[in-house]
Amino acid sequence: MSKSVTFERVSKSFEHRGRTVQALDDVSLTIEPGDIHAIVGYSGAGKSTLLRTVNALERPTSGAVFVGDQEISALRGKHLLAARQRIGMVFQQFNLLRSRSVYKNIAYPLRLAGLSESETIDRVEELLEFVGLSDKALQYPSQLSGGQKQRVGIARALATRPDVLISDEATSALDPETTLEVLGLLKRVNEEYGVTVLLVTHEMEAVREIADQVAVMQNGRIIEEGSVYSIFSNPQTDTAKRFVASVLRHRPDARSLSAIRRVHTGRLVEVRVGDRETNDPFLSRITREHGVDFNVVYGGVSESKDSLFGRLTVELLGGDSDIDATIASLRAVADVEEVAA
Amino acid sequence: MRQTDFSAFLPRLTDAIFETLLMVSASFLLAGVLGILLGLVLYACRPGNLLENRAVFAVLNFIVNIVRPIPFLIVAVSLIPLTRLIMNTSIGPVAAIVPLTVVASVSIARIAESNLVAVDPGAVEAGAAMGAGPLRILFTIVVPEALGPLTLGMTYIFVALVDATAVAGVIGGGGLGDLAMRYGYQRFDWVVVAVIVLVLVILVQFAQALGNWIARRVMH
Repeated sequence: MSKSVTFERVSKSFEHRGRTVQALDDVSLTIEPGDIHAIVGYSGAGKSTLLRTVNALERPTSGAVFVGDQEISALRGKHLLAARQRIGMVFQQFNLLRSRSVYKNIAYPLRLAGLSESETIDRVEELLEFVGLSDKALQYPSQLSGGQKQRVGIARALATRPDVLISDEATSALDPETTLEVLGLLKRVNEEYGVTVLLVTHEMEAVREIADQVAVMQNGRIIEEGSVYSIFSNPQTDTAKRFVASVLRHRPDARSLSAIRRVHTGRLVEVRVGDRETNDPFLSRITREHGVDFNVVYGGVSESKDSLFGRLTVELLGGDSDIDATIASLRAVADVEEVAA
Repeated sequence: MRQTDFSAFLPRLTDAIFETLLMVSASFLLAGVLGILLGLVLYACRPGNLLENRAVFAVLNFIVNIVRPIPFLIVAVSLIPLTRLIMNTSIGPVAAIVPLTVVASVSIARIAESNLVAVDPGAVEAGAAMGAGPLRILFTIVVPEALGPLTLGMTYIFVALVDATAVAGVIGGGGLGDLAMRYGYQRFDWVVVAVIVLVLVILVQFAQALGNWIARRVMH
């Protein structure tokens, strides 16, 4: 069963060489049950610390963390250990036990949970099948590739059928192809088991690939939050814009812009395109109405969760007042920004 | 240089081999148990570790640091009262087991502690995330993960014990080292010395090969 994760005004500070470092600063966030929620941010933003409060590997200085309606941050001793068995965790460096075979790595949490030998065998076989490593049961972690190790890590995290899976940069140590493979697996975990997934990453590609919701962190705070579609199509903060720009080449940067300007000396506007409700050819219709010509000089369209979004940079050619009128009409049907000359 | 009298030397040699093996294996087993326990406590009580306890750590750490730099001969002599108390005698290979065990215990404690500390903190964290308690993590994650290097460390101690028995011989412990000193070195009988050295080399080679083999088996 999937559960929600709720952060209520979570702050965390710790002493480092006599200085107080504020790792988390009044973070409130709700992860809906069954969602894949990504937290992005540069290193040091506090995203891993936030993630680690979910299973109380870190404890907030103030505030509370809930999984479902259980306040994890208030649990101690046996109750905490029991709660942790309901929360799977996947690590950047896999953190497999090198002294144990793949089989025994996955069996470890099952033995902790008190399953019998025969139940353990059945469950491990099922998990190995799920992650596609049935033939590796008796191998040791040192004999596996990075992607295979992470698949073992995911199988281990899923062993006790947790309500929530937390992933700390699970794909950051993997090559791009393996990254896609592991992301696909996380998505299947979410879809087939209905597990709520909370993942921390600095790779926007991973976010676009699998996430439903995304929160952007900076200096221990959440500075922007929303659906992946809304953040990708219309990022508000500079940090979010930079993250989006790292995977989407929809807007010209300063260098491309000066290259464009060498040829296209007319007025430039950026028009948001993508998912539209009608097939109204608004760009050609409106420019024609005002007797203005246009050139598409830059842009791109991408897809996330079956939604399209993108931006086109368009040069408008004609009289100044006609162009003003064109921009006004375009604004009625789409987001339009004039690019400063 | 005179002719070596093998008919007198060989029975002494077999006795000495037996004495050395007795001293080394008995003290190795006893110190193995004591030292590893001590090492576990040191590791677990370390500041920031599973069962953090600064007081226990400080005391044990101090004891280990005090005993280790003292030359074995001096430890053996100063432990004579303790040896008498335990063994009822302070002379002979059985008595030598006491100081050998004490010295080996603190060395093993340090080796065990450093091998445990070297275990990947990620593995410990994974255990905590899966809901394992501190003692469970210690015995089902930290110790198994450290077993390979620990085996090599124990092999090193075994060889060091063979060496230490030679010194134990000087204060009446018997064994190969004693035989080499009294029947070889002091009588200028280099054949005796050579034979004993050969036996020691074979013993050490065998121990090291066995240690390497076990370490390979547990390390993967």
